[in-house]
Amino acid sequence: MLNLLLSRLATAIPSIVGVVIVTFMLTRLLPGDPAAYFAGLAASPQAIAEIRTKLGLDKSLPEQFVGYIGDLLQGNLGNSLSTGQPVVAEIATRLPASAELTLFALIVAVAIAIPLGVLAAVKQGTWIDHLCRIVTTAGVSLPVFFTGLLFAYVFYYLLQWAPAPTGRLDVFMSPPTHITGFYLIDSALTGNLETLWGALRQLALPAISMAIFSLAPLARMTRGSMLAVLGSDFIRTARASGLSPRTVIFTYAFRNAVLPVITTLGMVFSFLLGANVLVETVFAWPGIGLYAVNALITSDYAPVQGFVLTMAILYVALNLAIDFVYGLVDPRVRLDS
Amino acid sequence: MLPLLRHARYVLSENPVTGLAFGLFALFLIAALFGPVLAPYNPLQSNAAMALKPPSAAHWFGTDQLGRDIFSRVLVATRLDLTIAFASVILAFMLGALSGVAAGYFGGWTDRIVGRLADTIMAFPLFVLAMGIVAALGNEVINIVIATAIINFPLYARVARAEANVRRDAGFVEAARLSGNGEARVLLGHVLPNIMPIMMVQMSLTMGYAILNAAGLSFIGLGVRPPAAEWGIMVAEGANFIQSGEWWIALFPGATLMLAVFCFNLLGDGLRDIIDPRMRT
Repeated sequence: MLNLLLSRLATAIPSIVGVVIVTFMLTRLLPGDPAAYFAGLAASPQAIAEIRTKLGLDKSLPEQFVGYIGDLLQGNLGNSLSTGQPVVAEIATRLPASAELTLFALIVAVAIAIPLGVLAAVKQGTWIDHLCRIVTTAGVSLPVFFTGLLFAYVFYYLLQWAPAPTGRLDVFMSPPTHITGFYLIDSALTGNLETLWGALRQLALPAISMAIFSLAPLARMTRGSMLAVLGSDFIRTARASGLSPRTVIFTYAFRNAVLPVITTLGMVFSFLLGANVLVETVFAWPGIGLYAVNALITSDYAPVQGFVLTMAILYVALNLAIDFVYGLVDPRVRLDS
Repeated sequence: MLPLLRHARYVLSENPVTGLAFGLFALFLIAALFGPVLAPYNPLQSNAAMALKPPSAAHWFGTDQLGRDIFSRVLVATRLDLTIAFASVILAFMLGALSGVAAGYFGGWTDRIVGRLADTIMAFPLFVLAMGIVAALGNEVINIVIATAIINFPLYARVARAEANVRRDAGFVEAARLSGNGEARVLLGHVLPNIMPIMMVQMSLTMGYAILNAAGLSFIGLGVRPPAAEWGIMVAEGANFIQSGEWWIALFPGATLMLAVFCFNLLGDGLRDIIDPRMRT
């Protein structure tokens, strides 16, 4: 078990190194003079030179890279220009909002995609198979910001089922006591059902918009891998031995078919983390995506760089976790390592 | 050529949806080529007296907050959106196919460097990386093209690498080498043309994603700037009016965008069926 964990960790190291180098390049190597930018439009050449020295931009690139690594190791991503606060602290306070939205969207996507894929494979060629194909093709074609807006219009403006698309909680409600930062979990833990319901209502539309966008790879892969497994010899044997269709499908087929589905979760997360930015913008969700978009508008680069790095590291960590879960679920992988 | 056409007709008759996608594609092409001529109004001309009017006979898609005709803007935006997507797909193809073919053909260090580069790009959530690239390079349309090309690069490089690797020791490659062709000539004149059909499928499959990505970037205010007509930015402008019930400002550009992406995704699937039936799912 420990060996498996260590070997997976070792595969993540090149990714992390790559991510750090790319984010460094995004900050330093590209055209434009950050010193002139930080100094403002009316700055004298002397002031610009001073700021350049202060920021360490007069040093050679390898030296700057070492400095950058040093900053990263101390958890220093610079300060936001518009608020003056350290970027790390601002991202840390906003991260739970994004994480709650993304994970909830993932749960919704899995809850729709896997039954749909299994049904499409079991009843291949019937209407449910066609429905699966339509949903997956339409799902990846829908711009997630557009679905979000459409939902807001239909469910908030027309039907008034959903609350106003502005943030994690209604303005008249106070957030639950901070335990995990996830409103759903915190309000459930403190037994505050009213807040739980309020948070769930705010969460529903953005999460569903994200889920629709990202369920296609899951549903397609579930269908494909179920079809492959259902056609194999051991399923024929199981059927011939007189096992009930339910046992054959769920115990024999599904448990084998789910393995390739786990590997597509990486791609699903790539979709979700990207969609997260757009959905947060539409629903004024106070997460790191909205934070980065607001910083982009005011040309405040440190938060944007911090955001890209945080997202990339999260993504590498998620891929690592997926790899690890795969190893736990599939005993064959465990033996190989 | 004739058998391919016959096969194409067969696939189209099997799958009428692909035919529909081809029809839609033709419409988008016409809009992209002749949009500015066909548009009934000047897409940039504001008219305060006509602001925020719902769809009518005079303004099919209604007017926006400045009284501009949304139908004209959606029509004219087609050229910009499709140009961004085409340019980025072609750039991704050139970068990805060349380096991928070289990696698959030569192996060794070339392979390792290209592979590591692709892995590094894939280590990012792709849209987030595109955001970072546009933010760093500067807020210009050309940088949206570059960013979209970079995030699509690994897909092309991997497919090209796998296909070139299979053909590395094929008979026709050996023959080309024995007739005295240099490595570069074998690579570009013999290996690359043979993987072109698969690369074409890849291009049409990523086209929809490229449109979506570019529109997403301009939705959050990157690249295309107002008052330019572009679908993503028009949806962003309309977003401010959704809560007060003016649905048409965001709906029409958004629906057009969706239709374009849908069309290219179907087209990609159809093209794949025509060119490479083995990949059919």
